Amino acid sequence: MDKDAPSLHIMRSQLGRARGLGAAKSGLGHWWAQRVTAVALLPLSLYFVVSVLMLAGADRAAMAAYLGEPWNTVLFLLLIVALFYHLSLGLQVVLEDYVSNEATRLASILGVKGLIWFCALACIVSVLKLAF
Amino acid sequence: MKDVREALFVARNTQGQLVRRPLSPFMLGSAYRAQISSGTSIVHRITGCALSAGTLLLTLWLVCAAAGDSAFSVIQAFLASWIGILILIGFTAALFYHTINGLRHLAWDAGRGFELPTMHRTGWLAIGGTVVATVVFWVIAFLVW
Repeated sequence: MDKDAPSLHIMRSQLGRARGLGAAKSGLGHWWAQRVTAVALLPLSLYFVVSVLMLAGADRAAMAAYLGEPWNTVLFLLLIVALFYHLSLGLQVVLEDYVSNEATRLASILGVKGLIWFCALACIVSVLKLAF
Repeated sequence: MKDVREALFVARNTQGQLVRRPLSPFMLGSAYRAQISSGTSIVHRITGCALSAGTLLLTLWLVCAAAGDSAFSVIQAFLASWIGILILIGFTAALFYHTINGLRHLAWDAGRGFELPTMHRTGWLAIGGTVVATVVFWVIAFLVW
């Protein structure tokens, strides 16, 4: 017998060990939301790039006038929502992949999500303040 | 072995002996050679993280614009400095790469483009497209700025 062969000292059955370690049954919603926001961000990113080019070197009044156009207000708000939603899902996956300690992982995900909510609302309030 | 998680990596072979199941080597290191498939994959993740950091800058830009003229002139001056422009060039390159490579990912999700020659070609297209889009963006930006 190979002396390096593993030996098990566990009373639980094979089935008992495997139970509860499967999927959490909520992954599909995360996966789907990441794809939907990705598709939404395709035209919104293009719009953002064009907007930034139009606003290059603009003063604050010109920026407020631009964001005050109803189409631009709506598209910027859509961009902010889709962007922060998408990056929140992406950063969560990255943290889940690379942070192996469970407590640190939970804390870092909650911290990042808190920061994301803060920044997203700050962006929305700023756009609304500039627009109105 | 008493750890339940570790025990899950143990199985019986055809002789009925307990063996540790083999694990594939860690993604970094000498086990794998550099290739376009793994390269574009990790760069997609890196640019995603970089764009998240860049979104902090977008937040700062909008908040400063909402705050008032003095705050806005500070952020505009920073963005127009050489370090600001360097950050913005990195931001636009990351944005173009993540968007174009994101199209590849969406195609794969739809079950298309998995053939190796196609996958290699679209990988190089994503890199080339990023360079072209970034250069075009900055030529226009410096013209209208």
